[in-house]
Amino acid sequence: MSLKTATGAAAPMPKAGATGRKGFWPWLNKRLPVDKFVADQVTEYYAPKNFNVWYFFGSLALVVLVLQLVTGIFLTMFYKPGEATAFDSVQFIMREVDWGWLIRYLHSSGASFFFIVVYLHMFRAFLYGSYKAPRELLWLIGMLVYFALMAEAFMGYVLPWGNMSFWGAQVIVNLFGTIPGIGPDLVLWIRGDYGIADSTLNRFFSLHVAAVPLALLGLVALHLVALHEVGSNNPDGIEIKEKLGADGKPLDGIPFHPYYTVKDFVGIAVFLVLLAVVVFFVPNFGGLFLEAPNYEPANPLSTPEHIAPVWYFTPYYAILRAVPDQRLGALLMAVAVAAFLFVPWLDRSPVKSMRYRGWMSRSALAVFVVSFIALGYLGMQPAQGLYVMLARIFATLYFAFFGLMWFYTKWDKVKPVPERVIYHAH
Amino acid sequence: MRTDTAPRVAAPARWLLGAALVVAAACAPQRLPAAEEAAAKPGADWDSWHANTNVSDLASVQRGARNFVSYCLGCHSLKYERWSRLGADLKIPPDLLARDLMPAGAKSTDYIVSSMPPADGEAWFGKAPPDLSLMARVRGTDYLYQLLTTFYVDPTRQTGANNLRLPTIAMPDVLSELEGLKTAAFRTETRPGASPEQVFDHFEPLAPGRMSLEEYDGFVHDTVNFLDYVSEPTQVERHQLGVWVVLFLLVFTWLVWRVKREYWKDVH
Repeated sequence: MSLKTATGAAAPMPKAGATGRKGFWPWLNKRLPVDKFVADQVTEYYAPKNFNVWYFFGSLALVVLVLQLVTGIFLTMFYKPGEATAFDSVQFIMREVDWGWLIRYLHSSGASFFFIVVYLHMFRAFLYGSYKAPRELLWLIGMLVYFALMAEAFMGYVLPWGNMSFWGAQVIVNLFGTIPGIGPDLVLWIRGDYGIADSTLNRFFSLHVAAVPLALLGLVALHLVALHEVGSNNPDGIEIKEKLGADGKPLDGIPFHPYYTVKDFVGIAVFLVLLAVVVFFVPNFGGLFLEAPNYEPANPLSTPEHIAPVWYFTPYYAILRAVPDQRLGALLMAVAVAAFLFVPWLDRSPVKSMRYRGWMSRSALAVFVVSFIALGYLGMQPAQGLYVMLARIFATLYFAFFGLMWFYTKWDKVKPVPERVIYHAH
Repeated sequence: MRTDTAPRVAAPARWLLGAALVVAAACAPQRLPAAEEAAAKPGADWDSWHANTNVSDLASVQRGARNFVSYCLGCHSLKYERWSRLGADLKIPPDLLARDLMPAGAKSTDYIVSSMPPADGEAWFGKAPPDLSLMARVRGTDYLYQLLTTFYVDPTRQTGANNLRLPTIAMPDVLSELEGLKTAAFRTETRPGASPEQVFDHFEPLAPGRMSLEEYDGFVHDTVNFLDYVSEPTQVERHQLGVWVVLFLLVFTWLVWRVKREYWKDVH
């Protein structure tokens, strides 16, 4: 008797299992579906064969997550949360712990790379309509991953207890104070003190190393389960499951392993080259990844010249500051983040991929990308004069992308979508 | 590097500079006004001076360490750096380290801490002298270079000195015995719609110091270079290791690319 998968097909077995019922492998598989899992998720999971460079960023996000978890575990062995100890312990890691500087730079650069990868991953979804049915839930779970990542990054940034950590936390936590009614009490509850203080630092540490990573891991697992249930989209936006061969396998699909495992390794290798260049040669990245004021210990009596969050939050920060009224600014900032959640239902285009959409959808996406980058730049500049005016213009364009999506995706002229994916063998 | 070398260089150098200016005038008349201005107004371009540090210049960092111990350690600490680490990184033998740099009674595993209590600093200067371990990362090396080269005599200040980079600085001009004394000339500038302001115009030498301008410039360069090293002692190691890591990863990338291409031959 040989093992069967859930569909009744013979499960692939290593040699030891093929010779009979005896041996460790069959024993294990009767009790834990290792082979079945590997077959379902990897060796017999069919992915479209026409993935392009944009499809590297999913697996890269997973690689960065592991990088952050591993380096984070080692940092936690030496980091000491607390007003009096945090800053010194980071310097201890940088100077006296063996390879501490490398672990810390990997973690600090990893945070920025996480957002680079995630933003490109999200752009891919916009480019090929990967959020459209049947992948709405996949997109929603992905957005929850993004929100958790933002919380994780924000709290992680506070931990070194530099002056920008302190003032950044001050600004962001105070935003919750603009919520009508409960605002002031909520801020007090978040901080655990009347200002950003020791209690705030300690709870952020707890959330950063335990609560949020657990949530992240769970959400990422759900994201993958949902992905493997519906299957990957592709640059043509064609459902490969609708064209099956005689063997019941998608005609345009190839097994994830070995094809995409070996291909993703190329992406990972290139990514590691870029990461190493930053870590070893420009870990501050011109003040974008590590800001100079954060090499000064937190000082409630000395406000940095201008407070700016790390680059990955600056698009939203620019929107916040573009509005003269703080409460309205905070609200618009929240809307700017939450807007992504509604995209699967705002987009009414009959086709998924930009390849077959008309000029309206294409221009809208281009305007959105330019606005996002421009807002990111403006969020780093002082909030005065022309900068504020430009931020208002780009914020308007940012919201127009989402707000008008319902219309332009319907009015847009689309091209006919081919029956099969377009693939040119190399 | 500062560019206002004209007024304080030795006479032959001044002749050379004069000749150079004449040649420059003949060859490139359009560039003359700027050159003339720099010569006539020493220090006018102080905020564009660069430290040009290079932490792998070991001799410079060593001289900087000597300068720091002689002129800075009286008030400023490097509380994250141990003497032993300094000796190891700067390749200073333990006996020389103990004899020439470390204060009497200090252990090599001690952190480099000033003997001046911070409370005294606060009482004497109004502000405790800051720890300098990370100053090069907080302010940048150009800032430190400009700070140490733009002190000027200002009788209105309690210390008798002021600074262009950090106006109303609490620190006295402790390096004036080396650099000499200089005063700053200001001019009044009125912009439309604003009240007139005093704007720095140029430095005027008052009394020479023990060093020539080039020597002092080198002194400051070495000191800032040392502070750059202290702000991140692993910098040199990081750069050296980085070259090998990146080279390895490039080879690795090439290998996995070959593997990928081999597998994907089956996909049509």
